Amino acid sequence: MQKGTKYALLCAAVPFVTLAFALPFVNRVEPFILGLPFVLFWIILWVAMTPLALFAAYRCEKRFNLPEREDEE
Amino acid sequence: MNIALIIIFSVILLSSVLGICAGGRKKMNLEMWTVGGRRFGVVLIWLLNAGEIYTTFTFLGASGWAYMKGAPAFYILIYGTLAYTISFFILPVIWRLGKKYSLHTQPDYFIHRYGSRYLGVFVAIVGVVFIIPYLQLQLKGLGLIVTEASNKTIGFNTAILISFFLTSIFVFTSGIRGSAWVSVVKDIMMILAVGIVGFGVPYIYFGGIGNMFRALIAQHPNHLTFPGATANMDTLWVMSTVLLTGAGFYMWPTIFATAFSAKSAETIKRNAIIMPLYQLPILLVLMVGFTALLVIPGLKDGDFAFLSLVNKTYAPWFMGFVGAAGAVTAMVPASILVLFASTLIAKNVYQTGLNPRASEESVIRLSRFMVIVIMGAGMAFAIYFPNALVDLLLIGYNGVSQFCPGVVLGLFWRRIHAGAVFSGLVTGLALVFVLVFGKHDPFMGLNAGFVALAANFAVTILVSWLVPSAQNSAPRK
Repeated sequence: MQKGTKYALLCAAVPFVTLAFALPFVNRVEPFILGLPFVLFWIILWVAMTPLALFAAYRCEKRFNLPEREDEE
Repeated sequence: MNIALIIIFSVILLSSVLGICAGGRKKMNLEMWTVGGRRFGVVLIWLLNAGEIYTTFTFLGASGWAYMKGAPAFYILIYGTLAYTISFFILPVIWRLGKKYSLHTQPDYFIHRYGSRYLGVFVAIVGVVFIIPYLQLQLKGLGLIVTEASNKTIGFNTAILISFFLTSIFVFTSGIRGSAWVSVVKDIMMILAVGIVGFGVPYIYFGGIGNMFRALIAQHPNHLTFPGATANMDTLWVMSTVLLTGAGFYMWPTIFATAFSAKSAETIKRNAIIMPLYQLPILLVLMVGFTALLVIPGLKDGDFAFLSLVNKTYAPWFMGFVGAAGAVTAMVPASILVLFASTLIAKNVYQTGLNPRASEESVIRLSRFMVIVIMGAGMAFAIYFPNALVDLLLIGYNGVSQFCPGVVLGLFWRRIHAGAVFSGLVTGLALVFVLVFGKHDPFMGLNAGFVALAANFAVTILVSWLVPSAQNSAPRK
């Protein structure tokens, strides 16, 4: 596996950890943040952060992987 | 005919015209019809994806879940996000294969990778079986919207008939490109409707979002943490469900094929990066459901929560606008579902299975003809057996997710072969049927589909290891 792919997979683990495996630890309504109960705020926060994680993954691939042969016409 | 209905039908009519114009001038071949000539850039792919993802279920179903079940509805926010993350890695690989070997459909991929026509035909049939109830759901949603907007003066059946006559015409003439462009109209209307109602109703009734949630907790202390108002949808269920549906999302034959419509692998990656943002408006839909629970408690069917609250709160013309948004939101996914189901039958059941020498023209002709057959089937089911397919729909997501081992392992692992995929798939599907219809869902706190998918992966890997490939991936005669 190329180095960039490894880093990219690490970045992509972020939503899985925060939005699936962390759920038992955030399953409560207090404290309210921005008018949302805590668990809902947590989910919204990490859904909104996922594009950043994926963008980081994208940059890692670009930077550390060999350039891919792009089949665009 | 009241103002709400006039708005709804004008929007449907305009959308159909737009759909027809978008695809009308180009010569239609199979590549154009199904995958838009493989020319879609980031914007069109995003629209196409959004077109398929935001269905009437998002509109009516998510608010219904928030109303009836509470916190378990949060899974809807999560699973798409996980699905896009997965797509970032697997879709570009599938795209390269599609480009290199001219693949158009999901069964094409299975046939190419595993060299087995039988597996391809099987995958095509399973795909169509799960698409039809999904189509029926869209038709039903549309019928409900029009009926509710007309204050029950237009019958459910008439509503379905009129609107889907128009949908058929535009699928027929424009192919996938028409659907992608009508998505623009649909998304703008949907975001406006959801934005206005989602922010509006908590302020109108409670003076703010925080106040609404406080009031909800005061009345229903457990509604906003898992398992909410349900007995068995606890944290473990949510976790297994988001993993299952996240993995299953791109296994829908329709969504899988967006990989082939893109003009480059790069397009797909960029699209995957921005797609999670599209989940955020669902928060507003959920808030409508929560507000409805406080303002109009006691609805028997949660799916009415959104429309009933809008009807109670806003002027009739705005109900028309929301109804129109909902109607187009049913039409676009429906047209895409019909398009793919018909292509699967024409290309992968007829051409692959029965008559490999069929010409491209005859496949296109058949798939256009199948559009009418499948629309007819969906319509007949929606009108005459409104509940007959509810069971199938229940297992739809669980069912298509079972394609996952065959798709994903096939991309990255040489050893896996047709026999292994077939065994895993059959195991997974059988378990889904047994667990769901035997009322064992959730199974030990886990989503039954997740249990089936785990078994499917285990069987696929085990068979790949133990049984050597019969034909070494050579195409079978």
